[in-house]
Amino acid sequence: MLLQQIVNGLALGAVYALLALGYTMVYGILELINFAHGEIYMIGAYLGILLLTFFTVVGLTQNHLVLSLFLVFVGSALFCAGYGLTLERVAYRPLRHANRLSPLISAIGMSIFLQNYVMLAQGSTDKVFPHILNPEPIIILGVPVGPIQIFIILTSIVLMIGLHLFVRKTRLGKAMRATAQDKRMAGLVGIDINRVIAITFVIGSILASAAGVMVAMYYGLVNFSIGYGAGIKAFTAAVLGGIGNIPGAMLGGLILGLVESLGASYLSSEYKDVFAFLILIGVLILRPSGLLGEKTPEKV
Amino acid sequence: MNPHRTKELYLAGLSLWIGLLVLPFVGFRQAALIAGVILSGGLLWSAAIRLSGSAGVSSRLRMLTDERTAQISRRLKPWRSFRPTTRERGVLGVILLACMIAGPLGMNNYMVDVLTLAGIYVVLALGLNIVVGMAGLLDLGYISFYAIGAYSYALLSTKLGVSFWMALPVGGLTAAVFGIALGVITLRLRGDYLAIVTLGFIQIVHLVLNNWDRVTNGPNGILNIGRPALGPFVFSQPIHFYYLILAIVLLTLLAVNRLNRSRIGRAWIAIREDEVAAQAMGVDTTRLKILAFALGAFWAGIAGVFFAGKFAFVSPESFTFFESVIVLSMVVLGGMGSIPGVVLGALIIVILPEVLREFAGYRMLVFGAALVLMMIFRPQGLIGNPRRRVELQPGDEAAMTRGRSEA
Repeated sequence: MLLQQIVNGLALGAVYALLALGYTMVYGILELINFAHGEIYMIGAYLGILLLTFFTVVGLTQNHLVLSLFLVFVGSALFCAGYGLTLERVAYRPLRHANRLSPLISAIGMSIFLQNYVMLAQGSTDKVFPHILNPEPIIILGVPVGPIQIFIILTSIVLMIGLHLFVRKTRLGKAMRATAQDKRMAGLVGIDINRVIAITFVIGSILASAAGVMVAMYYGLVNFSIGYGAGIKAFTAAVLGGIGNIPGAMLGGLILGLVESLGASYLSSEYKDVFAFLILIGVLILRPSGLLGEKTPEKV
Repeated sequence: MNPHRTKELYLAGLSLWIGLLVLPFVGFRQAALIAGVILSGGLLWSAAIRLSGSAGVSSRLRMLTDERTAQISRRLKPWRSFRPTTRERGVLGVILLACMIAGPLGMNNYMVDVLTLAGIYVVLALGLNIVVGMAGLLDLGYISFYAIGAYSYALLSTKLGVSFWMALPVGGLTAAVFGIALGVITLRLRGDYLAIVTLGFIQIVHLVLNNWDRVTNGPNGILNIGRPALGPFVFSQPIHFYYLILAIVLLTLLAVNRLNRSRIGRAWIAIREDEVAAQAMGVDTTRLKILAFALGAFWAGIAGVFFAGKFAFVSPESFTFFESVIVLSMVVLGGMGSIPGVVLGALIIVILPEVLREFAGYRMLVFGAALVLMMIFRPQGLIGNPRRRVELQPGDEAAMTRGRSEA
């Protein structure tokens, strides 16, 4: 039982971590909470279902299951990248030099807009993931574990390692780190800030789309409102790890997933959503810089 | 290349891009329709601009809005310089008040109900304006205080039989106490963190209302809440409630107007503009931020008690994050920190959807888009506070940061 909950928690935590990375990267560069990030994740989950349904209708899924799943992930990632890019261009770029409240309100507006757009286009009822995967649980150490959970954990690890290498080893990653440190100086040494910010949104959206598709596979249901709760929790994970800090977001996501899963089964399942907020408030009061973050003085 | 040609290519690309993005969600025909609307709208717009003879869609757009604003303000100038004497002001006030009192007498019940609802939202928006507009604290959980007020009266009335008039201050004060608690918790947080914690707060309140069955009766809500009564007279007709909310609105207006002009109001504005500087000038930021939360929450609590008295029924359904966004839209649309603006914003947002019934489903979609567009094109709101306008101009902010780093 305990071990099973831990695996559940890790799978959930991996999803939160993928989402938290998007928040933390954007915050690191723009100092903006991208409220609409949860909506990108929701759009990714919808796209997973829509694309898979499409492939099933065309007849691809029946013959080439792995290929069609792969295409679902790629397709969802492409579309989400498009949404992320458009979001940044429309709602955030014009407000980059505006007063602090403006981009926040714009972000909330965008989040509401995207939620209602999906609701109007797809209806407010739950959408069901096509029943093509019915895997047998695998027994590990005497505990039955769903293969989808293992798939989620492994995929997330691969994506996070990929992101880590990208940020640490490539030129573009270096440009991102430089921009996060000091936008103006980065601009002066020839980095195209607009491009770096756009790429940050694209990467964040791709990670969110992967998280969305996997959640749709895992729970089998999506709804236009899933982005809101998941978004707040992922943001909590980012704050817990130290906002702006990429390994911190991964750690925070895993911790949050474990706390939620264990808390729901041992303390109270009705109030499981409260744990995240209590953690958030606790961290913000006791250690605002997060577990791995550095203390930054307020700029005057 | 011909600049017009590039613009048309850009438009074609844009509509193709949006069409592609929405394709999986709305299907081929709708996507083509949306792309077509964007393309034709854009072409019409650019043609109109070309006729007026200039280049650059976005710069032109901005110039156009600026020009129009300038034009309107020129036309309004005689009104601006019109400084009514106390007597004239009194006469104007009496005329307006007479309209508000006599107007609804000729209306049917439905229209009076809409106006009553508008009144509730005016109180809510004025309260939120204290927190967001004056003190600059982005509170997304504002509706939770409305819920606390409404549930206070619902419980006091059904369990203890407390009257509406007793519950009115009690509900307001209960909400204010919660406001103080939230203020103390979030005291050290900067704008964006504050937003997310308050968002969490409304989620928690919502969960508690839904799950604490013994007290709140869960999702079914509380029924048969006592109606307000004055001696033998019981408020039952829509028009009675209209006059009641009118009185509450006037009281709120009086209070926030006094606040705005007081030492406290000025201190809030100082905190909003620059908290560190305000603190350095001797403003007690801690106390004042908590006070802003408390006073904002108080008015939400009052509105909540009225809500419970009017509908005689409360359930968690009425107090969601979306409600918070609606009230925030009112404040943003009207103009943050501007009292007449906020009243206008609330009236527009309640009454407009009633007029455009057939588009009711698109209401939240439009609000979301409106928040984004207002921030980009008119951050000061419809009736901006002149001081606020200076602060919100993006160019000035950039200039200020430049100045700072050079210094």
